[in-house]
Amino acid sequence: MSPLSGYLLLAALIFAIGLAGALTRRNAILVLIGIELMLNAANLNLIAFWRYGPHPEALTGFMFALFSIAVAAAEAAVGLGLVISIYRHLHTTDLDEISRMKG
Amino acid sequence: MANTLDQIFVLLQHWILSLLPVWLQPLAGALLSVIAIIVVFAALFAISVLLERKGLGRMQNRIGPNRVGPLGILQPVADGIKALIKEDVVPYNADHVVHFLAPILLVVVVFMGYAVLPMGRNMTFVPMDAGLLFYFAMGASAELSVFMAGWSSRNKYSLLGAMRAIAQMISYEVPLLMSSVVVVMMTGSLSLDKIVAVQNQYTWGLPHWFIFTPMGLAAFLMFAIAAMAETNRSPFDLPESESELIAGYFTEYSGFKFAEFFLGEYVAMLSISGLGTTLFLGGWSAPLEVLSFVPSWLWFFGKIMLSICVYIWLRGTFPRLRQDQLMNFAWKFVLPMTLLNLIVAGLWRFLGEGWLRWVVCSAILLAAYIIGGRTGMKSEHFGPRSYRYAE
Amino acid sequence: MIVFWILAVVTVAGALSAMLLRNVVHCALALTVAFAGLALEFLRLDAQFVGFAQILVYVGAVAILVVFAILLTRSSETPQTGVFSRTWLAGLVVAAAVFSVLAWAVLQSGAALPHESAAPQVTVAEVGNALMSRYVLPLEIVAVLLTAAMIGAVIVAMHEKKEAK
Repeated sequence: MSPLSGYLLLAALIFAIGLAGALTRRNAILVLIGIELMLNAANLNLIAFWRYGPHPEALTGFMFALFSIAVAAAEAAVGLGLVISIYRHLHTTDLDEISRMKG
Repeated sequence: MANTLDQIFVLLQHWILSLLPVWLQPLAGALLSVIAIIVVFAALFAISVLLERKGLGRMQNRIGPNRVGPLGILQPVADGIKALIKEDVVPYNADHVVHFLAPILLVVVVFMGYAVLPMGRNMTFVPMDAGLLFYFAMGASAELSVFMAGWSSRNKYSLLGAMRAIAQMISYEVPLLMSSVVVVMMTGSLSLDKIVAVQNQYTWGLPHWFIFTPMGLAAFLMFAIAAMAETNRSPFDLPESESELIAGYFTEYSGFKFAEFFLGEYVAMLSISGLGTTLFLGGWSAPLEVLSFVPSWLWFFGKIMLSICVYIWLRGTFPRLRQDQLMNFAWKFVLPMTLLNLIVAGLWRFLGEGWLRWVVCSAILLAAYIIGGRTGMKSEHFGPRSYRYAE
Repeated sequence: MIVFWILAVVTVAGALSAMLLRNVVHCALALTVAFAGLALEFLRLDAQFVGFAQILVYVGAVAILVVFAILLTRSSETPQTGVFSRTWLAGLVVAAAVFSVLAWAVLQSGAALPHESAAPQVTVAEVGNALMSRYVLPLEIVAVLLTAAMIGAVIVAMHEKKEAK
């Protein structure tokens, strides 16, 4: 087995864990955590492909990972801001109870 | 002779390693450096605690510790023994695992920061290309341990202290990073060794330290303020203000775990002084060319201890800030000033050599600080304090 | 290779406990373990800069942000009711399906994947040059995005307060 497939399998597993968490947990914050894990798994893929790819000197995967980290930080800030705002309105972060579309 | 003395620790390490078999050498070398760092900084921790207690005592018109040993110089030893043999009390409701891990994480992370600091010529533990980034990554991780300590204690004072500490550390981490970026812009490198090497040059016997440039001086001031807030030192010691929150996030720690927090705080102070020294005060380089014969590590540790003295002096002088003053100061004064500093550093680069850039950059910074300071003092958010006495 | 497996186990354990533990704060702390494990994997992949950036951004900022949100929404206590939503079975099936497809694809293409290659030497200066030349447009877009996200997050989070006044 080439080392790359080890990294790819690890990334797939973390992605699946994040997806499972995002789909099954009731707390909105934990759903966000799951999404962060999925983004991180994608980063691992990017870096692994950059490292074992044919042109590492072009830095493509490397830069993608850097930008992805920046975007993930923005996503976390906005997402958690929304969670706090929802909590102010409805006094819960339980997604099963937040089923109304009307504030 | 001077050269041997300068490199004495490097030579000592090589000599010890030469006694060992070849396959053991890399591992032993790393272990040796780690032990040296821990021992040296634990000793400096003891010295600075004593210095602080003595110095603060003098500033407050009392003598300070004077019972243990001649003039009380063995006080840190007594403190250490006391901390070791004290009972370790953990609150019944506390989250035991997190409560246990918090001080360990703090100490580990704080000591990791030393890995990239050049403590003398050829005396960097891990000369890293992205050393500055590594240092800040480690510094950012310390916040997590503060939160763990405050949350796991199940005590509202601890939690309040932890929230204050995290809010403060996040707010001041941004200016800390931004003021260091000025140095990175001027050297074009994130490697701390390179930064020191650039400063270790002399014109007419005077060094090229970054503090002797307009934006370097401004960045150093901002860096010092942010560093003081980052290490929760007075006047920014709201997270552990003993008169309001008892001791903040480590209220529920006793015995050795408390000592670990104490150690972590002082070692963080020493390490951030080391970073400030490396970035702005020339690291291990001598302040005058004629003094270059003095060993480089002596300069580094001398500069660190000098900044510790400044810390103590400031603690004895300034009253504590209010929480809103602290936040307003960070976001409305320090951060804009560091951003302006970045622009000025860019300008410095493009104005080229000559006296023009000195005049232009100094004028911009001086004007900004005067106007900013004036308007700041007028606004109610961080102006002078007003007191209302009881009727 | 052994280091890779140890790190992989740590990372997966962190990720699993972040998704399985009942107490939300424990989940957030387990998440930082997963983040740190991934950062170490990046270091092993010779991406020093990305690894440190990962620690700085995720452990230093995102984890702290999550913790703040947890405390501000009062969800730090262990919930009494179930922590999984009513449709947990469907979610689990979807995740398992995704993983099996990905894993099947990776294992099928095992022969086509490249083997050991020389470690690329990337200095920070090269990264900086690339950011300022070839990737300057994405960099500017990310800067705009971050500014917009910051303003948006502040407005979303402080909206209520203004109306109350």
